[in-house]
Amino acid sequence: MAKLQVGVVSPEREIWSGEADMVIAKTVEGEIGIMPNHAPVIGVLVEGGVLRVKRDGNADLVAAVHGGFISVAANEVSVLAEAAELGSEVDVAAAKDALQRAQAAIESSQDDADAQLEAKRNAARLRAAGEEV
Amino acid sequence: MGAQLRLLRRRIKSVKSTAKITRAQELIASSRIVKAQQRMQAAVPYEREITRAVTGVVSNTSSVDHPLTVAKENPARAGVLIITSDSGFCGGFNANLLREAEALRGLLESRGIQVTPFVSGRKGVGWHAFRQREMGGQWVGFSRKPSYNDAKEIADTLIESFKAEDGIDEIHIVSTEFVSMLTQNVVVNRILPLEVVETTEAPKDGPLPYFEFEPSAGAVLDSLLPRYVESRIFSALLQSAASEEAARRRAMKSATDNANELIRVFTQKMNQVRQAEITQEISEIVGGANALADSAAGKE
Repeated sequence: MAKLQVGVVSPEREIWSGEADMVIAKTVEGEIGIMPNHAPVIGVLVEGGVLRVKRDGNADLVAAVHGGFISVAANEVSVLAEAAELGSEVDVAAAKDALQRAQAAIESSQDDADAQLEAKRNAARLRAAGEEV
Repeated sequence: MGAQLRLLRRRIKSVKSTAKITRAQELIASSRIVKAQQRMQAAVPYEREITRAVTGVVSNTSSVDHPLTVAKENPARAGVLIITSDSGFCGGFNANLLREAEALRGLLESRGIQVTPFVSGRKGVGWHAFRQREMGGQWVGFSRKPSYNDAKEIADTLIESFKAEDGIDEIHIVSTEFVSMLTQNVVVNRILPLEVVETTEAPKDGPLPYFEFEPSAGAVLDSLLPRYVESRIFSALLQSAASEEAARRRAMKSATDNANELIRVFTQKMNQVRQAEITQEISEIVGGANALADSAAGKE
């Protein structure tokens, strides 16, 4: 079966690239699963989403992806994230701490957009690291 | 005579310490160029992919009608983003940039366009503040190591004033392009409105695929174009950072060379003076001894 060529890039560096069997990402419309020979598509990713890359014989690659795009063409998948982090690279303690602080900020003030965003991002980082949120 | 010798010794000492400083600056700059180049390289994949995505969207939607791509027929105001450095000691780096920016300003004004400068880097901000020119925006503190958030901040301000009712109609960017360690060029680019070039030529890697959009072509373009502008600004910032270090290395190298040349000239002069002093002392001693000998011979 054909394989997908996957590249996960953020503006400052290339996070990961390699072959995969399936890519699952969360766009503003909902979750999208990409398998080989998928039709060309460009989608807008949500803030604080989790990207899952399924590989044969290997554990899934999980990354927290904040904003950006996914573009699929001719079995090439590129994930252009504004910021991204592999699940294995997440500092769980720091992310938990940041999440708690953001939640406290949300509770104390009614609509704090920055804190909302921060909470979403850290929740995604924790989910990517395999923690329950 | 002794006074001149002391003076020369003092000057040599001071020039030597200057040379030490400039030499250290040169070494620091050369190690920073490598890091700056690595950052430039790391940003390439994202830039390439986003350019491809923009091309994909634009070539799929037959009539591109987006505020960021539509050029006004009679632009009245333009924003010019000038990317300078925060610190000096980098030769003509900032002077060249600002000269080019002035030329652009003159060109735009001759076409009846009012120019608002947006300045990044302490040197450029100081230059504009001194001439009491009003700036549309100023950013300092990251010229050596720009992060993506810095680029985003600049892009947000630019796009906001671009979208505003009586805001700017086009945005130019004056920055330094890093070609190699030895060559850096000042370049002027128009980043907004984006130029959509229609070609009938077939693209190099075969025809572009017919994309589906999620949620819709318009929405994708809405969030893709600002990202594209950010990425262009980020790349300009990174190139400028590398160029700044390269310019600094060159300036510091020639400063060190000049200092060494000065030390050579002064040392030669000092040796001359010292030798003249010794020669004079000897002739005085000889003269004195002769006089003593003569007077002793006269007594007998």
